[in-house]
Amino acid sequence: MTATETAARPVRRLKWQLAQVREIVVETYRVKSLLLHVANWRGHLSGQHVDIRLTAEDGYQAQRSYSIASPPEDELLTLTVERVENGEVSPYLVDDLRVGDQFDLRGPIGGYFVWTAAMGGPLCLIAGGSGVVPLMAMLRHRERRNGHAPALLLYSSRSPEDVIYRAELDAMARRDSHLRVVNTLTRKQPDGWMGRRGRIDKALLAQECFPPEQSPKIFVCGSTPFVEDVSRFLVELGHDPLTVKTERFGPSGGQAP
Amino acid sequence: MTGTLPNESMIAMNETTISRGFRSKRQEQTPKNRLPPGQYVTTDFPVLSAGPTPQIKLGDWTFALQLGASLLGKWNWAEFEALPQTTIKVDIHCVTKWSKLDTNWQGVTFDDLLKAVGLTEPPAPYIMAHCDGGYTTNVPVADLIGDQGMIATRYEGLPIPPAHGGPARLLVPHLYFWKSAKWVRRLRFMEKDQPGFWESFGYHNYGDPWKEQRYDGD
Repeated sequence: MTATETAARPVRRLKWQLAQVREIVVETYRVKSLLLHVANWRGHLSGQHVDIRLTAEDGYQAQRSYSIASPPEDELLTLTVERVENGEVSPYLVDDLRVGDQFDLRGPIGGYFVWTAAMGGPLCLIAGGSGVVPLMAMLRHRERRNGHAPALLLYSSRSPEDVIYRAELDAMARRDSHLRVVNTLTRKQPDGWMGRRGRIDKALLAQECFPPEQSPKIFVCGSTPFVEDVSRFLVELGHDPLTVKTERFGPSGGQAP
Repeated sequence: MTGTLPNESMIAMNETTISRGFRSKRQEQTPKNRLPPGQYVTTDFPVLSAGPTPQIKLGDWTFALQLGASLLGKWNWAEFEALPQTTIKVDIHCVTKWSKLDTNWQGVTFDDLLKAVGLTEPPAPYIMAHCDGGYTTNVPVADLIGDQGMIATRYEGLPIPPAHGGPARLLVPHLYFWKSAKWVRRLRFMEKDQPGFWESFGYHNYGDPWKEQRYDGD
């Protein structure tokens, strides 16, 4: 993690651009994906995010950051948004926004929490809740590029109803023997649940993650307590802290830095 | 009337798009002079870091001032704690849009560090802050002198928790908070400005929240 690892340093100003909603996908009862047309999108890397800006009739504005869920190869830019209770922006995006609506957006932002197929593997992705979003952009990018880098997604959700991209992840893992998707459910498991139960702990990481000797590229994204715990466990298991890239989601936070 | 579509001319004039049905949900209005553009007030304290939180033992902790490769001064924890202490109450502004008002910090001001190494004025116009975990950030010395910057070791009267940068973080509250580098171990004076970590990844080199200098070119 040094300044010399510079990637994709933007030299032009990131201008606000008009994004138009082309399609809305219901992911879970409180998560939706917004598929956006952005006229002059300059392209992005998987893991980057955007700022969006909403403007009320009276001129009031609110800005927030959202991770990009779509790979660079897609024509439309996808943001996946979780409704934060009592939030100001996310309830609007999840509940009020309709196809055809427009808002201001700028990006892409962030050049550290990114993975490109050229970076190779093994790729170790660890997600808590909606922290799966930027990691999904990496998995989609890997698939579009027919990447065979060994990859793992270790994904913690509260309940089966909270698992975002469930069908797509299942299908992706079925198609690709080099990808493992391991779900763990922390609060509620359905009858006959064969997956993991409980929070991601050190033992689970030791069992599922690529060992330090394989120098995996590790990306951890979720709430602050989730990321703090998982990244500490990984370091205790012998992973070089500089190989563990983190991003925190929080009701008050956006992402990075 | 010109031939321009009403929609386009509106965008051209305002450079913003009205979001149908979007309204402010803010209950209390923060005075405008407290909240920089694009920010909102939070009462909790979000954590944002690029990697794992370093676990630092106070017994192993040292802090150094450097000019190029030469050492101007170095302190262990007890020595650092014995330096003159200053407390400040300030608002802090994170580039990810949250601001937190009236935060209380205690530490050693940049001015007192200079005095402690026998300098009456700064030896170079820029510093690079070097931190555990490899993080760096650059700050002009002009933004640190005159009680503007400190090495903070207490937050709200208590040791700073590791996730928030403890045992010690740089505090430059009038710039976006990534400049207030967590886990700081070394300030290195530089004759020429150089970008630090986030500054090399597209974030603004200076980061004035009141000018909304979030990203390169802002």
